[in-house]
Amino acid sequence: MRYSAYSIIKQALSGNRLWTPAWREPEPKPHYDVIIVGGGGHGLSTAYYLAKEFGITNIAVLEKGYIGSGNVGRNTTIIRSNYLLEGNIPFYEFSLKLWEGLEQDFNYNAMVSQRGVMMLAHSDGQRDAYARRGNAMRMHGVDAEMLDRKQLQALMPYLNYDHARFPILAGLLQKRGGTVRHDAVAWGYARGADMRGVDIIQHCEVSAIRRDEQGRVTGVETNKGFIGCNKLALATAGHSSETARMAGLELPIETHVLQAFVSEGIKPVVDHVIVYGAGHFYISQSDKGGLVFGADIDYYSSYAQRGNLATVEHTMEEGVSLIPGLSRGKVLRAWGGVMDMSMDGSPIIDRTPIDNLYLNAGWCYGGFKATPASGFCFAHLIAKNESHHVSRFLRLDRFERGHMIDEAGKGPQPNIH
Amino acid sequence: MASLITCPHCGTRPKEEFSIRGTALTRPHPAASEEDWHRYVYLRDNPKGRYQEYWHHAAGCRRWLVVDRDNVTHDVFSVTDAAPARGASE
Amino acid sequence: MTSYRLASAGSVNRGQPLTFTFDGKSYKGFEGDSLASALLANDQMLMGRSFKYHRPRGPVTAGSSEPNALMTIGSGARAEPNVRATVAELYDGLAAVSQNRWPSLAFDVGAVNGLLSPMLGAGFYYKTFMWPAALWEKLYEPVIRRAAGLGKLAMQADPDRYEKSWAHCDLLVIGSGPAGLMAALAAGRAGARVILADEGFRLGGSLLSESASVGGVSAADFASAMIEELEALPNVTLMPRATVFGWYDDMVFGAVERVQKHVGTPSPDLPMERLWRIAARRAILATGSEERPLVFGGNDKPGVMTASAMRTYANRYGVAAGGKVAIFTNGGSGYRTAADLVAAGVDVTAIIDARVQSADAVPGGVRVIRNGGVVGTKGRKRLEALIAERSGFQEQITCDALAMAGGWSPIVHLMCQRGAKPVWSDEAQAFLAPDVGSAFIAVGSAAGADTISTCLKEGATKAMMLARDLGFAAYEMNIPEVEGEYDPAFAPVWYVPGARDKAFVDFQNDVAVSDLGLAQREGFRHIEHTKRYTTAGMATDQGKLGNVATIGIVAGMRGVSPAEIGTTTFRPFYTPVSFGALAGTSRGEHAAPVRTSPLHDWAKKNGATFVEAGVWHRSAWFSREGEKGWRDSVDREVQNVRRNAGLCDVSTLGKIEIFGKGAAEFLNRIYCNNFLKLPVGKARYGLMLREDGMIFDDGTTSRFSEHHYVMTTTTAYAAEVMAHLEFASQTFWPDLDVRFVSVSDQWAQMSLAGPRARTIMSRVVEDDISDAAFPYLAAKTVTLRGGLKARLFRISFSGELAYELAVPAGYGEAVADAIMEAGRDEGICAYGVEALNVLRIEKGFITHSEIDGRTTPDDLGLGRMMALQKPDFIGKRMSTRFGLTAADRLQLVGLRPLEKLEEFSAGAHLLKEDATPSMANDQGWVSSTCHSPTLGHTIGLAMLRSGRERYGETIVVWDGLHGREVLAQVCPPVFVDPENRKLQG
Repeated sequence: MRYSAYSIIKQALSGNRLWTPAWREPEPKPHYDVIIVGGGGHGLSTAYYLAKEFGITNIAVLEKGYIGSGNVGRNTTIIRSNYLLEGNIPFYEFSLKLWEGLEQDFNYNAMVSQRGVMMLAHSDGQRDAYARRGNAMRMHGVDAEMLDRKQLQALMPYLNYDHARFPILAGLLQKRGGTVRHDAVAWGYARGADMRGVDIIQHCEVSAIRRDEQGRVTGVETNKGFIGCNKLALATAGHSSETARMAGLELPIETHVLQAFVSEGIKPVVDHVIVYGAGHFYISQSDKGGLVFGADIDYYSSYAQRGNLATVEHTMEEGVSLIPGLSRGKVLRAWGGVMDMSMDGSPIIDRTPIDNLYLNAGWCYGGFKATPASGFCFAHLIAKNESHHVSRFLRLDRFERGHMIDEAGKGPQPNIH
Repeated sequence: MASLITCPHCGTRPKEEFSIRGTALTRPHPAASEEDWHRYVYLRDNPKGRYQEYWHHAAGCRRWLVVDRDNVTHDVFSVTDAAPARGASE
Repeated sequence: MTSYRLASAGSVNRGQPLTFTFDGKSYKGFEGDSLASALLANDQMLMGRSFKYHRPRGPVTAGSSEPNALMTIGSGARAEPNVRATVAELYDGLAAVSQNRWPSLAFDVGAVNGLLSPMLGAGFYYKTFMWPAALWEKLYEPVIRRAAGLGKLAMQADPDRYEKSWAHCDLLVIGSGPAGLMAALAAGRAGARVILADEGFRLGGSLLSESASVGGVSAADFASAMIEELEALPNVTLMPRATVFGWYDDMVFGAVERVQKHVGTPSPDLPMERLWRIAARRAILATGSEERPLVFGGNDKPGVMTASAMRTYANRYGVAAGGKVAIFTNGGSGYRTAADLVAAGVDVTAIIDARVQSADAVPGGVRVIRNGGVVGTKGRKRLEALIAERSGFQEQITCDALAMAGGWSPIVHLMCQRGAKPVWSDEAQAFLAPDVGSAFIAVGSAAGADTISTCLKEGATKAMMLARDLGFAAYEMNIPEVEGEYDPAFAPVWYVPGARDKAFVDFQNDVAVSDLGLAQREGFRHIEHTKRYTTAGMATDQGKLGNVATIGIVAGMRGVSPAEIGTTTFRPFYTPVSFGALAGTSRGEHAAPVRTSPLHDWAKKNGATFVEAGVWHRSAWFSREGEKGWRDSVDREVQNVRRNAGLCDVSTLGKIEIFGKGAAEFLNRIYCNNFLKLPVGKARYGLMLREDGMIFDDGTTSRFSEHHYVMTTTTAYAAEVMAHLEFASQTFWPDLDVRFVSVSDQWAQMSLAGPRARTIMSRVVEDDISDAAFPYLAAKTVTLRGGLKARLFRISFSGELAYELAVPAGYGEAVADAIMEAGRDEGICAYGVEALNVLRIEKGFITHSEIDGRTTPDDLGLGRMMALQKPDFIGKRMSTRFGLTAADRLQLVGLRPLEKLEEFSAGAHLLKEDATPSMANDQGWVSSTCHSPTLGHTIGLAMLRSGRERYGETIVVWDGLHGREVLAQVCPPVFVDPENRKLQG
């Protein structure tokens, strides 16, 4: 069923009784051309683009819970391509371009809202670093502007200019950055993939990866029985190490928990996505009125989707330091997402040393914005057995070769990326 | 676990006194193979469950500790000094 | 205006009237009222508007789960939006305004949304507003955003203070109803340290609202007596107005205490709220249970509220919810409500009981409609009548309030915040607390207990069990007799079908049963999908009131048990917590501590302007009269250093003392260059790498004796380097005898640089510091004139003849004064970090502008320092990887503009002449720039692809961000004295 204003009126006239499921609930077939493990944003978008762009439709997406139950349903909904390094900018810019046409493409309103992403600089050194980044973006044709303090005061008068411990000196603005309604991304891709014949199988947990005598992957054991495949694609960020271990692979990843928060609904006050440079705090306001924000990870390894109070308090300290007017607002809900923190802070979209096994992992806390490009590039890799040009640096073996993509310059300690 | 940590030297202290580095691995011999070094610097077993991690009592005794814990339940099994000779809880 | 204040009932203080305003109109209430009870007493049932359809709403509860009666309290910077009037304590002068309505609460244009509701069902927005694409941000979203949110946040700085505290106890009791009070008393009498916390402004919980008598007195009086005894116990801490909002690892609970939210004029000596982290050995959940609303058409009319809320208004606040009340019930609560209201003289017009029969006592004269249901309501801003249905016959019953008694749900939120899910009980027809171990247990109605007497008993016995478990001798308690209690048993009714109007499960978000049905039809069948698609349970009450009904209704639609549907995830916070309380004092100027150097006052009196450098305040430049801007000062300082001499505060550098027989070997493994044979009395520049082969930090280390070294680090990395040394020593090489102590704060350190430096320094140092006696890179303890011992280093970050002198911090200012005095006739000046930066750029010295975590020693022209012949040093093994040694890496170069007057700045990128800007053509970037007063033009350091092969090449310095392109010549990165003559002079 195609969605439109017309369909809404038509359905309303018949008491909204004739809407059909957004996706089927099929039983798994014995064999697929491609099995994607993980029904999150990246797994679903991979299926969608495989079907739509690369003509492969005999696909199953296996999800151990419900689709969108991982990080696509628990993030701060920010999209942007304001990266520094050659390995990242083209990829994230490709992603942003896909976001820009996504809703018409998959006929689902995910509320892509390009309200602008502002990164604030609080020292000369940071301003220079953002200038370097902004120029790197512009070199690649990505929009970037540097605003001075005066311009910021006009644009965001509610920031703490006069009583800040770390003064606000400048801001790097990417106007095309913004936010997206996160659940709708999973649902839109799921519906789009389903319409093209992809089997989305929820509550199907993979327990083992079966390989033949030559070591090639032939399928997966699940709680719904064995399902065969020609190609197996892992898109299980947060749990990548656990799924890769089934194939005997050890990954350059540690798992950590990142908390995020939403406030009670208030009338719109924050129009942009704002990133505090003197700490690590980012905030935007949803179309429903909730302030959506987050800060650092909890720093210890964790597979639990919950964090601790010290991190919560630290987040609020940074929030109120940046926007004093938040103080009398109230925080409604905190949640935790489980992150693949990679060794250089950048992701992996690559083949693996095991035949027929493909890997999409290591998204740290930047996976949401990458969802379209990640799916597109992963689909490209699976379909053609070669990297899409914008994801060619995101290799699994880059650490052995010494080609890290270290945006933060922190080295091989995953919890500080 | 992550609200309170019992330092073997200082007793039970809040998490904010500590900084966390990551998996408690043993540094390879300088002459170990390339592969061993690559594994040490870049690859992580990263199990879901029992986990040994380096914590630094930065705002306390300044000792590096190995926190043996469960990364799903956040239960702590032991906290010991990271230096082998001082490993036993005191 | 009718007064709904009852003649005598309730425990408000009628001797203490309070005046308050709502939407500008003045009202009277009493001390002990909630804002909602006072408004009800004044016939103000309409208290809010719903989010989506802007339907008129009154309070549906008398507690913290309230979804409707949200208001903004206070004005100006103290305005707080979304306050639940049902829990807001009334105070004299309170000013409340309604929210989410325009132009007024009574007439709200937004209500037009209700007319469109067939088209605004669950998730409608996902299906439209897509064409044309450009209109989303220009038209649709702005319209949607205008409708977003509930109350307004003033966005002004908060005038009040907040603070934080830890508390430790043997037993934390959460909730002060019958179970909680008994638990606290049992453990308190046993000698355990007890904290009793309750979200209410008065302790006593449900005892304040019940008409039963306990121990021969009214329930409320019984509660008072218990509280009096608890107050007398020194080991018991009572915390009213304190919401325990979260349960974290290691039995740490988060709680927020509203210290002054109930005060008209807050005292500046007290915080507004206080955040508690309570570390409890054991905890008891005595949070009671929530009465479920019933789901029927028009169940959201102002005047429709839960039966227990109605009892609370009557019994606690002495307020009748209406003049003519009807009751819709599926259990005993409805009958008890009828009895209490009749006793208070309120007209109860009918009890509609969904059950065929029951044994509940019917108060005299009240009509009961058994096996009936409410299928509709009349009235707009207040209920006027209901439509009851029985056996297919409908009847209109006039009433202005309707109590809903839909059964009970234990409040188990806190116990489910760490992953455990509540367990469905067919017997209780409710989700019960999960087993989370023996340290945290539920008691009373939070554990499914039904009557007050069971709650009292359970509270006592379970607390005694926990107290004994902790080693306290707990003695049996007398459980007081309860008279006149009722049986709250119920038969579940999830939904009354047959209504024309919407039947709501989530009042605030306007989620109706029809939306749940739509979600099921469209495949959003998992309860999390249902929630996210319909927004049921996502309002400010987080589904406290409606989630169980949602689950029950979805289960009914699917023909399964609620157990199979399960719950959504419980997460902090139990109720919303202010940013202010969670942030506490660490905000604004106090967001981080300020570190000042021991020479701060010296710099100040010499006219310094300070700049933030991390947490430090450093002297940036020293203005003199006649200088128009900072550049004038910096230029003068630089020139003076190059010509005469200058004194700069470098105390912020990290300083680490290193001792031990293994120190030499240790340093040799820490630095990539050789340190084993550093002679005593010498300093050496060293580079530390990370294990991945990239530069971590740089600095000098000096050997003061065989087994004693002093290391300096950069200001920014002082703490990281210290932790790194400790890590390496304790985990890599515990066999090496080496010890460290950070002495960054113990020493004042100053750099004296310039051609006259020796002359000046020799005037304050007794030792011979001639070039022969104290050559470049010498380091030793010297005696200053007057006898003070100091550390002198002949090291330079400016390229000039220079010394760094370290003296105990307390002597810093005096020594700096002495040097200034000694140098006066040599033309000495004070110089700041800006001049320091210019001096180092002119000389091509690196800082963390160049060491950005992605550079190798070779990238910075320091490749020869790598002592690869050493058996081991940190970073050695990874440093030979292809990617780190490739010929096309970016390398440090200098840049000078072709036209002298042209300027460029750090952050610009580099392009070959005539190349178009693109990632492929990107040749590198500019790391540091300055105006060089020595050369009279801009100079820069840059990282350029294969840079060292390209000296002499003309390159475009491309700064698209500032719309600037400058042609520059690539040159070696040393602009001044490349032969080091001055340095070694």
